[in-house]
Amino acid sequence: MAETHSLQDMRQQAAVAAKVFIQRDYSNGTMCQFQTKFPSELETKIDKQQFEETIRTLNNLYAEAEKLGSQSFIEGCLACLTAYTVFLCMETHYEKVLKKIAKYIQEQNDKIYAPRGLLLTDPIERGLRVIEITIYEDRSFSR
Amino acid sequence: MKNCEYQQIDPRALSVSPLSAQNPAEKKVQRPRRKWEAFPGKNRFFCDGRLILARQNGVLPLTLGLIVVTSGLFFAFDCPFLVEHLTVCIPVIGGVLFLFVVASLLRTSFTDPGILPRATADEAADIERQIDTSGSSTYRPPPRTKEILINQQVVKLKYCFTCKMFRPPRTSHCSLCDNCVERFDHHCPWVGNCVGKRNYRYFYSFIISLSFLTSFIFACVITHITLRSQAKKGIVQAVQESPASVVELVICFFSIWSILGLSGFHTYLVASNLTTNEDIKGSWSGKRGAEESGNPYTYSNIITNCCATLCGPMPPSLIDRRGFLPPDEAIPAAAASEMELPPFTPKSDANMCTQSTKDVLERMLHSSDFHGLCPSGNPKTSPLVQEVSSSAPATAEPSLSSGCSRQLARQAVVDPCPLLTPVAFSKNNRRDSLHSINPAFRLASPSPTLSRRALVLGDGPDIGFIPQH
Repeated sequence: MAETHSLQDMRQQAAVAAKVFIQRDYSNGTMCQFQTKFPSELETKIDKQQFEETIRTLNNLYAEAEKLGSQSFIEGCLACLTAYTVFLCMETHYEKVLKKIAKYIQEQNDKIYAPRGLLLTDPIERGLRVIEITIYEDRSFSR
Repeated sequence: MKNCEYQQIDPRALSVSPLSAQNPAEKKVQRPRRKWEAFPGKNRFFCDGRLILARQNGVLPLTLGLIVVTSGLFFAFDCPFLVEHLTVCIPVIGGVLFLFVVASLLRTSFTDPGILPRATADEAADIERQIDTSGSSTYRPPPRTKEILINQQVVKLKYCFTCKMFRPPRTSHCSLCDNCVERFDHHCPWVGNCVGKRNYRYFYSFIISLSFLTSFIFACVITHITLRSQAKKGIVQAVQESPASVVELVICFFSIWSILGLSGFHTYLVASNLTTNEDIKGSWSGKRGAEESGNPYTYSNIITNCCATLCGPMPPSLIDRRGFLPPDEAIPAAAASEMELPPFTPKSDANMCTQSTKDVLERMLHSSDFHGLCPSGNPKTSPLVQEVSSSAPATAEPSLSSGCSRQLARQAVVDPCPLLTPVAFSKNNRRDSLHSINPAFRLASPSPTLSRRALVLGDGPDIGFIPQH
């Protein structure tokens, strides 16, 4: 019955039981990557494969944003030549990918995490330091 | 006991019904505030959060002034002669260079250098839980470091007591701006801002273009004086006719040495993917003589290093200056001051500091059993192990005696004692003579097992107050 709670409902009705923080993984340098280690608090909540899949996709998206490719090079040179005024009209490649990431997280929340009483917070809201996963108390699901 | 009481805000209560606890009338009256208005670092914001600058920016007008005056004199006095005798390209080139220099300078000064927002209360609690702090909690915990492997090299990450997080690699805390800055290079007083990940390329283009501009002006002025003295058969007469040129010569002569030197130094840094901070500290050098061998961030290829640093993707600003604060943060009551839910606190630091200091002083003076209740053994005014800015080369000593609003030191202390334990700290190791420190209390919303305090220091009236006696 009413299994599909919207995120707002959940946030207002449910209480936060705990928060899990996925820290950054610096083994490849300062690139934005998150640790794929499965936290113990989520063991009962979600499938390990699913979780790792989410984190891995996020890592790939961030890698794409920070890639040193020809596109970023051209963008950089163009910006330099126009005294960086080009950014008034155009979005940077990084910002475009960040939008993609926001959409992906929203989608994951709606499809996978919210039904399990979890909520992923976009890392950009935490300064790209952590992925915050909020675990809500499992009140309304047991009926 | 009453005086020690503080309001504990349960984060769960807040997250359940953020709106119902509000007085709706209060909420409507307040206009929505932007996050920059509640920014905890020492920065100034202009154009409603679009531009950011360090608080101490005294030398930026001087830099701008020197550039504008010298170029102005050049265009006014030297160009007419040179256009007549040489070519019209000279003012054109000069103009382009001048515009580029000013644009780069303004861009460097007003761009967020890569400030990391401070950790939220929950994050800080989580980190604390993961760190094993054994022993008595009445003294400050030892400095925390974490070792990680980057490209098979061991790198130590330090814990930042102000921002309550482990600093990512290459991040450093600038004490002048009171922020952690990513890929921290140095704090440049000439530019009035830190130089970090997001504005390094602008800084580099500024110094390169400035070297070109000063060399160009210098060469043109020399040419001008030479031509004039040839025509008039005497340098003295030539100089008398164009005194402005001498002024320009002097300014350019002294600037060239420093600017060219700085450009050369930064070109080396860019080519080897180092920061000034790392170079000064010698983090990666001293290993078998080859500088690149120790640096785990280098691509071992000069071109790639240059591209990565200068033409790499432009990361966005992480501090979201123009975002709106959620309405429940704009609570003006004292309750709000005890919360630390978001990265930013609702009140400005100055107000916080003054108000809490006054509160504390009143409580201190009126309470007789306050001291008795608080555990002894709390330190002396021993310096915080807080990383003082590593921006050694280009900065002056941070001036500490500028009043309440400038002095903030925060420390997370694990303390099972539910009472407030005032502790006096001196923020800067070198200024231990700061004993007139007024401790003030502001509490973070505590996690179940920890009680944390944020301490606000100020250089208030000289009380000579050292608690814990």
